[in-house]
Amino acid sequence: MIADIAEKVYSGERLSVEDGLRLFRRPNLTELGLLASHVRRRKHPERIVTYVVGRNVNYTNVCWVRCKFCAFYRPPGSGEGYVLPQEKIFEKIQELVDVGGARPRSCELLMQGGLNPKLKLDYYEDLLRSIKARFPSIHIHSLSATEIVYIAHISRLSPEDCIRRLRDAGLDSIPGAGAEILSDEVRQVIGFRKDTVSEWLDVHRTAHRLGMRSSATMMYGHVETVEQRMEHLRHIRDLQDETGGFTAFIAWNFQPTDTELAKEWDGPKATGFDHLRTVAVARLFLDNVDNLQASWVTQGPRIAQVSLHYGVNDFGSTMMEENVVSAAGTKYCMPLSEIQRLIRDVGCEPVRRNTRYELLN
Amino acid sequence: MEALIRTSELADIYDKVLSGVRLSREDGLRLYETDDLPLVGYTANLVRERMNGSAAYYVRNQHINYTNVCNKLCKFCSFYVPPKDERGYVLSPEDIQARVRQHIDLPITEVHMVAGINPKLPYQYYLDILDAVRGVRPEAHIKAFTMIELAQIQRVAKKPMRDVLLDLRAHGLSSLPGGGAEVFSDRVHEDLFWTKADSEQWLSIARTAHGVGLRSNATMLYGHVENPEEKVDHLIRLRELQDETGGFLTYIPLSFHPERTELEHLPGPTGSDDLREIAVGRLMLDNFPHIKTFWIMNTIEVSQAALWYGADDIDGTIMEYEITRRSLEETRQVLTRSQLVARIVEAGRDPVERDNLYHVISTDREVVPETIGVMS
Repeated sequence: MIADIAEKVYSGERLSVEDGLRLFRRPNLTELGLLASHVRRRKHPERIVTYVVGRNVNYTNVCWVRCKFCAFYRPPGSGEGYVLPQEKIFEKIQELVDVGGARPRSCELLMQGGLNPKLKLDYYEDLLRSIKARFPSIHIHSLSATEIVYIAHISRLSPEDCIRRLRDAGLDSIPGAGAEILSDEVRQVIGFRKDTVSEWLDVHRTAHRLGMRSSATMMYGHVETVEQRMEHLRHIRDLQDETGGFTAFIAWNFQPTDTELAKEWDGPKATGFDHLRTVAVARLFLDNVDNLQASWVTQGPRIAQVSLHYGVNDFGSTMMEENVVSAAGTKYCMPLSEIQRLIRDVGCEPVRRNTRYELLN
Repeated sequence: MEALIRTSELADIYDKVLSGVRLSREDGLRLYETDDLPLVGYTANLVRERMNGSAAYYVRNQHINYTNVCNKLCKFCSFYVPPKDERGYVLSPEDIQARVRQHIDLPITEVHMVAGINPKLPYQYYLDILDAVRGVRPEAHIKAFTMIELAQIQRVAKKPMRDVLLDLRAHGLSSLPGGGAEVFSDRVHEDLFWTKADSEQWLSIARTAHGVGLRSNATMLYGHVENPEEKVDHLIRLRELQDETGGFLTYIPLSFHPERTELEHLPGPTGSDDLREIAVGRLMLDNFPHIKTFWIMNTIEVSQAALWYGADDIDGTIMEYEITRRSLEETRQVLTRSQLVARIVEAGRDPVERDNLYHVISTDREVVPETIGVMS
């Protein structure tokens, strides 16, 4: 039934949105694994799986946007809101450098937070400069498009000027968070105050034009339809055709515990089965994106490892701490030695990379 | 798809499977050693669909572990306590009746009883606990006693195994769960479970049971110190006995959980290992009707995927399974029927509620949630 799609995959022909929908609707999981692994091997013939030594730092949990899918934020004025003092952030970065070493830009700092009305561009410029001055081995992969749109807004700057100034202050690349599902219809339901599809895409487009790379994500498994998942993937593929600036794609599923959305939307949490299918379709459809990351934080070690047979070629970051999905009840942690074991177990060599996907041997 | 399969090192095995040729020992080793798990799974799925279509069988069952006292001291077990340990328990026939009554409002069709090797229990005890279950739930099938327990029951019965099995059957035993096989290897046996029946004994008890008309399952515990040669050998010995008796219903690879065992230093199997065992089992055991993914050990997430790697059975709702609960406290040990059916449908398979012997009870795809008693 999908012989024509298999033929396209084999001959390296681009899949249509319609093809993607058919793959989503066809349950045969091993078939998808076979096809996605074929593409993965073609893109990455060397038998390695990469990872990056990195750390997640959530500098503030104060956020006025109140996305219904999020259990991490606290609204402005809440007694549980925090902004980490710079010394605390430096302390956490020092812990990362202690693990990751001194090689320039070898360690990934993933700094993300809520949309905090008190923090304007000068706060970020100062923070980025101080980090760069103290920690030359840090690659700053921080601030999602959603944060950047807001920082520009409250600082009365165009997004482009805002990105330029963040870049000049030391921001190296932009993580793909905040994409959720790139469909305004879905965003109206799950977080109507946050950036629109075109705003999210524009930040990435602009950053790419300014010479920065970024990643793309998708948070699936809530109110969206498979058509909307495909709409999301098509947006990513189209922009990548235009700029070539995305380094990687990462999919994870909505974690419902303690979120507003779970109270009004009673669908089941997406399963590992859905995850494997979703990454496989992404691998097959996003023919112009080099890397697919595992999401072990949401999927746990078993499914994250199995995703290596569904097109995934990178295990992502060692993280060191995670506060956002763990606020929604999902708590997986994994030492580097376990990441390496899981990679070797599928017959590949684990190789450390930097955020630009250059191998660090 | 065909062109893509031709690029794999396993294309010849795929061809054999497609034309129904039995796989050799050498083929089995290659299935364990290849990195091309996607094709192993894809090929196993062809066999699965040929034999069982798209059915995913499940059973509404209750587990009762009648004693945790065990004198076998297997290194891979976190369940047992040695004789005379104060944590030891034995459920009396009355306790067992109370356990069965606890879920009496649910139409459970199978009561599954296995336990430690407790040297203090007399022959009559085993007959009594079968009677106890039958007294409360006469309609349920009783699947009970691993080959290891049967060896012990025979020891206290002091009669031939055949007679013991006939007695047990007369008291309501309807099939055997197939545990205690671990890995058929003298080396592993010596290292991990030397006090227990060895592979010859295990197979011989299974042969006798099949001879008196009791069907059984067969298991293999993987992911500890065994090697691929030993696993292939295990599968081939099961396949040979099945050629002889036809008495095996289901093969169940059991994923080892090292937490709180003497082998805690081992990392344990990965998700890929779990899927590979299902697939290799399906491909090597061409004469076994069913392959089961035991979701308690594999996790429900991996088990959903396993339904596309050769498994056609996902076990059951499993009330009160104790044996890995101690090592897996964070894992839920119960799924309601509606949850289990939903997971099967999500995985694109057709849920089929079965009884002990795979008679179809229901093929409902939507099931009204039912309340379940809180587990004791």
